[in-house]
Amino acid sequence: MKKNLCLIPLYVWSAVFIVFPLLIVLYYAFTRDASSGMSLSFESFSRLADPMYLGVILRSFKIAVIATLVCILCGYPAAYILARSNSRSKFIIVILMLLPMWMNFLLRTYSWLTLLEKSGLINSFLSLFGVDPIIFLGTEGAVVLGTVYNYLPFMIMPIYITLLKLDQSHLDAAADLGANPFQVFMKVTLPFSVPGVLSGVSMVFVPSVTTFVISQIMGSGNVTLIGDIIEKQYRVVNDWHFGSALSVVIMIIVLAFMYFINRGDVEANNGNGGRLLR
Amino acid sequence: MKKLSKCYIGLVLAFLYLPIAVLMVYSFNASKSRGVWKGFTFDWYRQLLENESIMSSLYTTLICGFLAALVATVIGSMAAYGIAKAKSKSSFILSVAYVPMLNAEIVTGVSLMLLFTLFGLELGFFTMLLSHITFCIPYVILAVLPKARQLDWSLYDAAQDLGCTPMRSFWKIMFPELLPGILTGFLLSLTMSIDDFIISFFTTGNGVNNLSIEIYTMAKRGIKPEINALSTIMFAVILAILIIANVGAAKKDNNKKRSVRI
Repeated sequence: MKKNLCLIPLYVWSAVFIVFPLLIVLYYAFTRDASSGMSLSFESFSRLADPMYLGVILRSFKIAVIATLVCILCGYPAAYILARSNSRSKFIIVILMLLPMWMNFLLRTYSWLTLLEKSGLINSFLSLFGVDPIIFLGTEGAVVLGTVYNYLPFMIMPIYITLLKLDQSHLDAAADLGANPFQVFMKVTLPFSVPGVLSGVSMVFVPSVTTFVISQIMGSGNVTLIGDIIEKQYRVVNDWHFGSALSVVIMIIVLAFMYFINRGDVEANNGNGGRLLR
Repeated sequence: MKKLSKCYIGLVLAFLYLPIAVLMVYSFNASKSRGVWKGFTFDWYRQLLENESIMSSLYTTLICGFLAALVATVIGSMAAYGIAKAKSKSSFILSVAYVPMLNAEIVTGVSLMLLFTLFGLELGFFTMLLSHITFCIPYVILAVLPKARQLDWSLYDAAQDLGCTPMRSFWKIMFPELLPGILTGFLLSLTMSIDDFIISFFTTGNGVNNLSIEIYTMAKRGIKPEINALSTIMFAVILAILIIANVGAAKKDNNKKRSVRI
């Protein structure tokens, strides 16, 4: 019976601080204030059909998808180079890539303002060549930049760790059998690294789709995401019912996303490329 | 590495460090406004020590991080040990316990805020601490469970055959095996707690701020150079710890290689 004793604190804690709070969110999402207490209602969800809110949800999706794709496109080559190199400085570089994560992310993001504002460092630099000041901040591009900046290491690391496990002899074998470097990459390296890419995607996409700070800082208040609206419902408007409904929407997005990632992972494991190498 | 690869890695590092470099340089800037360089100064470092709101938020962050990591480590390690001992997959309780790690932080924060408010707990240090423990537990389980699954239970039985009480054989035999995982879990929790903004934002109140919230509130009036000074110091401390840890590890590695050669 010792095992039960060890697990009791976790059971209690999970019930009180994980399951119960989520049930409260569900309860608020499906009720509304009425004269006689609360009553069951789908009002909060029907408000979501408002084109403004639909637009915000779509925009959150668009920015998160673009940021995740940019992270893959920029992060994959970096992870590949690091994993394939035999250089002694490799481990120092890996540590250098992780180090920024220990610095407060708000400060690092605010620091971009100094670089990007209208009279900021980048514009001052460009003006030396006679380029007119460019407005970076307050655009969706700036929000994507802030997101990529914050989550790029989360994409590089899982891909790097997966690629480290790739045996050089498999690459040699493929080359011996007549594959050119491009074919070796497409048929051996890429399929092998799919699980790494997927775990990178899950570490980047979920925080990007739900962020509200990065959009506030980089978007100068012009770019509203679903996270910003939730924050406003609880902090400014005090409409807990609508805020909870939006939280339920986010939970559905996250759950659906996790489901697809898991399925992709299983498929990658059963697929020909990955399977052969394991 | 080939030249092109080196350039690319250099570019990625430059991208990651550009804002950090800007921040550090401006912590020595005599002018208060960003974008203007008025000469070198240590003033902000001196004023940092006198700035009460920054220092108190720093204490709050450290105390909350330490306590949260401690409690989470105890609960998480016990759970990992219990799961390994039961030799079942325990996938149900695990997937519930991992929810705060996988779910969107904003939902975790909001749901905890609703819980505290409904139960009449005043938002403040205590509620923030409870929330931090909640999102730290999964990281501890993640760090300890692999170690716990590798435990050799026959040693535990052998110790008891030789006259140890179950408690004593746990502390003598099992605990030392788990210790590296427990330490990793503790440090992971500490980092997570110190860096957290979103969950703290929803679960604290009453003027109790951690560093992230202090920075967020401050930014509305413009970031003070003192905070640049503080983050420069923190960055230097972490860099030093990492260098010392790695030099130590490298030395151990060399010793091992040497002894193998001998």
